[in-house]
Amino acid sequence: MKKINLPLNEKTIESLQAGEEVLLSGKILTGRDQAHLRFVQALEKDQKLPVIMENQVIYYVGPTPAKPGQPIGSAGPTTSSRMDKFTPKLLEAGLRGMIGKGPRNQQVIDAIKQYKAVYFVCVGGAGAYLSKRIKSLKVIAYDDLGPESVKELMIEDFPVTVAIDSQGNNIFRL
Amino acid sequence: MKEIDSVDITNKVADLCIQANYCIPVAIIKSFQNAVRIESSEKAKSSLNILIENANIAKNESMAYCQDTGVAVVFVKIGQDVRIKNGSLENAINAGVKKGYEDGFLRKSLADPLTRKNTGDNTPAVIHYDILPGEALEITVAPKGFGSENMSQLKMLNPTAGKEGITEFIIKVIKDAGGNPCPPLLVGIGIGGTFEKAALISKKALIRPLGQPNPDNAIAEFEKDLLDKINATGIGPMGLGGKTTALAVHIETYPTHIAGLPVAVNLCCHAVRHATATF
Repeated sequence: MKKINLPLNEKTIESLQAGEEVLLSGKILTGRDQAHLRFVQALEKDQKLPVIMENQVIYYVGPTPAKPGQPIGSAGPTTSSRMDKFTPKLLEAGLRGMIGKGPRNQQVIDAIKQYKAVYFVCVGGAGAYLSKRIKSLKVIAYDDLGPESVKELMIEDFPVTVAIDSQGNNIFRL
Repeated sequence: MKEIDSVDITNKVADLCIQANYCIPVAIIKSFQNAVRIESSEKAKSSLNILIENANIAKNESMAYCQDTGVAVVFVKIGQDVRIKNGSLENAINAGVKKGYEDGFLRKSLADPLTRKNTGDNTPAVIHYDILPGEALEITVAPKGFGSENMSQLKMLNPTAGKEGITEFIIKVIKDAGGNPCPPLLVGIGIGGTFEKAALISKKALIRPLGQPNPDNAIAEFEKDLLDKINATGIGPMGLGGKTTALAVHIETYPTHIAGLPVAVNLCCHAVRHATATF
C-alpha cells in the first residue's frame, strides 16, 4: 500500500486517485463542528486563526479520553457532511486534506477541485482500531470545547481511502 | 414490597455504561463475519474485517468500540411494588452514568442544545420508564451515537398509505442517509401510536436481540422484505458499495388513530450497544 508522509504537497495530491487506499504518516489537526464554526467566523472577520491552515490536513474526530500511559482513546471519524458548509472557506484558506466518513456535497467537491485538495475516508466506528495508529496528542486550540477542541495528532501508517481526489472524482454516488 | 438501595443502582448503571461501550453483542460480530462471506467487493470485505478487529481490540483492551460513546439512553422496567431507598431512582441512574463515563474513559458528548456548552459528565441520561406489576427492576443502558441518530426520520403518513407507503418512506430514509450513519445498520422501525410513541418504539426495536423476528408472523415477513429491499440499494458497508447496508430490520407496532399512520425510522450504526441488569 502506498505510504504518504505529511504535510501534503501539490505533487502528492495530484498523484492520488479516488478509490486508492493509502497510509498517512505525520502531523494532522483535529476539528469538528464547533471548531469549524469558529474558524470560519474568524476568517470572515479577517482575524488570525489559532492554527496554521496552509497545507494542513484536518481529521474530523472527537476522541474518547486517553487512559493513563496512552496517547489517545478511541478515535474514529465523525460524519463529514456536517462540515460541508464550512469546508470551501477552509480550503480557500489553505487546507489541503480532510479525513472523515461519508459523502460530501457538490460545493465541497467543486472546492476540492478548485483548490487542489483531497478528501480521505477511514472506517467509521472503528475507533479502537484506528487509535493504534495515533502516536501523540496535543490540544492546541479551543480547549473549552472539551472533546471538540482542536488537537494536533501524530499519526503513523493511518489507513485511509481517497474518497474525492483533486480532479473531483468521487467514490460515493450522489 | 422489595427495597433496592440507590447506591446499588448507581454502581450497576456505571458498569452497564462501560460494558455496553466496550463489548458489542456477539451476534453483531457474527453478522459481520457472515457479511464478509457474502460480499464480493474488496472494499466491503476490508471494512467489515476492520470492524471485527475493532471489536476484538475494544473488548480485549477494555476501550470504547467507537469514540462516539453516545447519549446514555436508559430503559427502566420497574415493578410497582419496588421501593428505592437512599435517594431517587432518577438521581441514582444519572449518578451511574456520570461514574461510568468517567471511570470508563468514555467521551462526554452532551451539550446544551443552544449554547452548545458541554454538560461535562454525559448527564442527563435520556430515561424511559415502564411501570409493571410485581417486584422486579430491570435496567438497560443503550448508548446511542449521533452519526446514525442524525439520519433517523419520522413521518406522519396517510392511513391508507399501507405497507407500500411505509416501505417507500423507509427506503427514502435509507437512501437519504447513504454512507453517513456508518452502515451496516440496524434499522429500528416504529409503526403506529402517536408522534412520540412511534419514535419511542422505534428506539425500543433497537434493543431487541439482533435478527430476532417480531413474534407476529406477518410483521416478521415485513421485516425480511424490508431488509432485502434495503440491501438491494447497494449502499454497502461505510457507503462504499456492497450487499450489506443493514444487518437486520426490527419493527414494533402500536395501535394508532383512524386518521393517521405515524412511522419512525431510528437508524443504528454497526455499533449496536446495550447492556441489561436485573435487581
